[in-house]
Amino acid sequence: MNRYLWPLVAFALLAIVLGVGIKNSKTKGVVASPLIGKAAPDFVLPDLRDPDRPFDSRSMRGRWYVLNVWGTWCVECRAEHAALMAAKASGKLPIVGLNWKDDSAGALGWLAQLGDPYVAVPVDADGRVAIDYGVYGAPESFLIDPRGIIVHKQIGALTDAIWESDFVARAVTP
Amino acid sequence: MLPELGHFALILALLLAALQAFFGLAGPALGRDRWLAAVVPATAGQAVMVAAAFGCLIASFVRFDFSVVYVAQNSNSALPLVYRIAAVWGAHEGSLLLWIVLLACWTIAVAFGISRLPPRFAARVLGVLGLVSFGFLLFTLATSNPFLRLDPAAADGRDLNPLLQDPALAMHPPLLYTGYVGFAVAFAFAVAAMLEGRLDQTWARWTRPWTLAAWAFLTVGIALGSWWAYYELGWGGYWFWDPVENASFMPWLVGTALVHSLAVTDKRGLFKSWTLLLAIIAFSLSLLGTFLVRSGVLVSVHSFAADPARGVFILAFLVIMIGGALSLYAWRAPLLRSAAGFEFASRESFLLFNNILLVIAAATVFGGTLAPLISDTLGLGTLSVGPQYFNPTFLLPMLPLIALAAIGVHSNWKRGRIRERSRPVIVTGLISLAVSLAVVFGYYAGRPGLAPVSIALGIWLVLSSLVDPIDRLRRRLSLPRAVLGMTLAHVAVGVFVVSVTAVESYTVERDVALARGETVQVGGFDFRFDGVDALHGPNYDGVHGVVQVARNGRSIATLQPEKRRYFVQQSVMTEAAIRSQAGRDLFVALGEDLGAGRWSLRIQVRPLINYIWLAALLMALGGLLAASDRRYRTARATAAEPIGAGQGSIA
Repeated sequence: MNRYLWPLVAFALLAIVLGVGIKNSKTKGVVASPLIGKAAPDFVLPDLRDPDRPFDSRSMRGRWYVLNVWGTWCVECRAEHAALMAAKASGKLPIVGLNWKDDSAGALGWLAQLGDPYVAVPVDADGRVAIDYGVYGAPESFLIDPRGIIVHKQIGALTDAIWESDFVARAVTP
Repeated sequence: MLPELGHFALILALLLAALQAFFGLAGPALGRDRWLAAVVPATAGQAVMVAAAFGCLIASFVRFDFSVVYVAQNSNSALPLVYRIAAVWGAHEGSLLLWIVLLACWTIAVAFGISRLPPRFAARVLGVLGLVSFGFLLFTLATSNPFLRLDPAAADGRDLNPLLQDPALAMHPPLLYTGYVGFAVAFAFAVAAMLEGRLDQTWARWTRPWTLAAWAFLTVGIALGSWWAYYELGWGGYWFWDPVENASFMPWLVGTALVHSLAVTDKRGLFKSWTLLLAIIAFSLSLLGTFLVRSGVLVSVHSFAADPARGVFILAFLVIMIGGALSLYAWRAPLLRSAAGFEFASRESFLLFNNILLVIAAATVFGGTLAPLISDTLGLGTLSVGPQYFNPTFLLPMLPLIALAAIGVHSNWKRGRIRERSRPVIVTGLISLAVSLAVVFGYYAGRPGLAPVSIALGIWLVLSSLVDPIDRLRRRLSLPRAVLGMTLAHVAVGVFVVSVTAVESYTVERDVALARGETVQVGGFDFRFDGVDALHGPNYDGVHGVVQVARNGRSIATLQPEKRRYFVQQSVMTEAAIRSQAGRDLFVALGEDLGAGRWSLRIQVRPLINYIWLAALLMALGGLLAASDRRYRTARATAAEPIGAGQGSIA
């Protein structure tokens, strides 16, 4: 074979490896949270809609719920908002919206404009609770069982399909 | 309004890049010489539009326009002006735009520089650069638009990654990218020559200064990143063999080989197809670097916003550009035969070995970087490759390379008469060995291994490089910038080898837990911990420790290592305190609060570490000095004459 063809052949092999690498990186997904199977960290924070009535995470004991981390600066949160509204309409799981490092007036405006899917909106202004939950980017959603154990963590925007398969299905048939 | 204008300018730039590529490539191919006149205006227009888009993005950052997604994610109302501007390239979208801006700058410089070259060749070069720019503009518009809006606007931004809030890192990406992108010019020259089907010594003379300049920028860019890792990350190291570091180092190694192989093609008309291949590979590795960082295929501290969709796009682009160029190479390179020969110990031989060793070094880095990916692809499980692999395998080709360079600088073109020059080779060699042994056993008191060898090699290269220039001065011969630049770069490599060896072999490090007032002795210095104080910055708070350093009872420095907590991203950053002295760095990093006034501290005394970056800077300076040699400028002036007469012509 023409020895000047070798670089092309080598490159073709490399391209295949890179292509497979991309395909794998899609399915490989993200490292599961070390918090899965552990107790969800408890917190008490003021509620966005009524700062005088603080939200206590222990008040959610005894039922399945989803903790959704969001902020108005978060673009993907906007993309997932419709799915959250649909989830609320289906009425299968309550959603607590942890408002992360946000401006409260802007956050209230967002909920007034796009709809409010949350049963409670604790305000995590300095991000401490988010650190406890190992959040490193919004949106993230945690499925928490009646004993307060984290069962599942979703990184990135929820969709109707993910909501049904990863959250509702797990909560109904654990 | 501004973001929309910027977006629109990017679309116009895309169209103009398409025109630039079309007229530049189709004109000469179809023999339509009148089309060539459109290439430069399209190039200029594209550059103006790219600059306008970049200006719009900068303005959005400066004016706190949190209605722009990218600004909201990477800026904050408390961010100072300098970092708001640096934040433009603080994440994926903006750094792509920066890539495009720098490509436009190179393209404009090339358009000026080659205006006197044969018009068809010049058009082809600009056409190839247009194609590269088109690909990146399409990538930006399709997958990574920085001008997308957020409606309603965010009240405040998420802030720039605190790691990036540092002057050195603000400058690191532009310099590194200038180097990366600069190899596009050598690539364009190579592709244009293959399309012409003709490559002669003049071609190498045209290509050399551009390649040298790109190489110099890449050198400074890498060095700055390493310097930043050392003094900002506070990890106490300067190189970690991280995939993204490697991604910038591989084009540097191949670029270094290219610089030397171009010298042979220029002076002797040899190594033609090899030079072409190196030009293609250097740029391919730059593109691959972009791919590795952006696609999320490899996990690295640098990978931000990894996104498989982007990976697919870059891979497609890679296949078209590199696959196309290598196909062209397989077709055209066999026609490039050189008639000239050379003897065994001639300068050509030495440069051939230089090339082989550099390519081997690049290949070992390449293999180590991609091994995890390959093993994953073949289903062999997860593999992690670290310094245990890289350090020895990289050293293996490097030590002979330094030895060959120390001898090779004395060699002549064509003739293998190295034996006639054996006196300077042996004299410099013996002096270096003596100095090295004296330093290792006298000053550092032993711990030999490879250290005396590589210190001797480094000194040998420094001394050898100086022989020829000193000889020229003594004989009152001229000392052209090309020779001066080469000497400077070679001396710098020698200094680099010595300082890296000293740091690796003779650093003293201790991790200690100290209470207020306690003292620890490290490397002949007394470090006394005087507790911590509170710290208040514009967008962070934290603590700083106070450490008094004394030698023989005399106080010589107060070090204040910091631990900062940034308000908005809530991340904690360590700012190590470093005092540079002439021969060493004293390094203290603040660790954890152990309670009851005790803190963990990492203390190091690192000899000669500053000379690593100084050497890199001198290498780059040498490259730029050589690039500015008169020879390349007169080459341009005479290039209007018909080229390709005689050897090397294949059309």
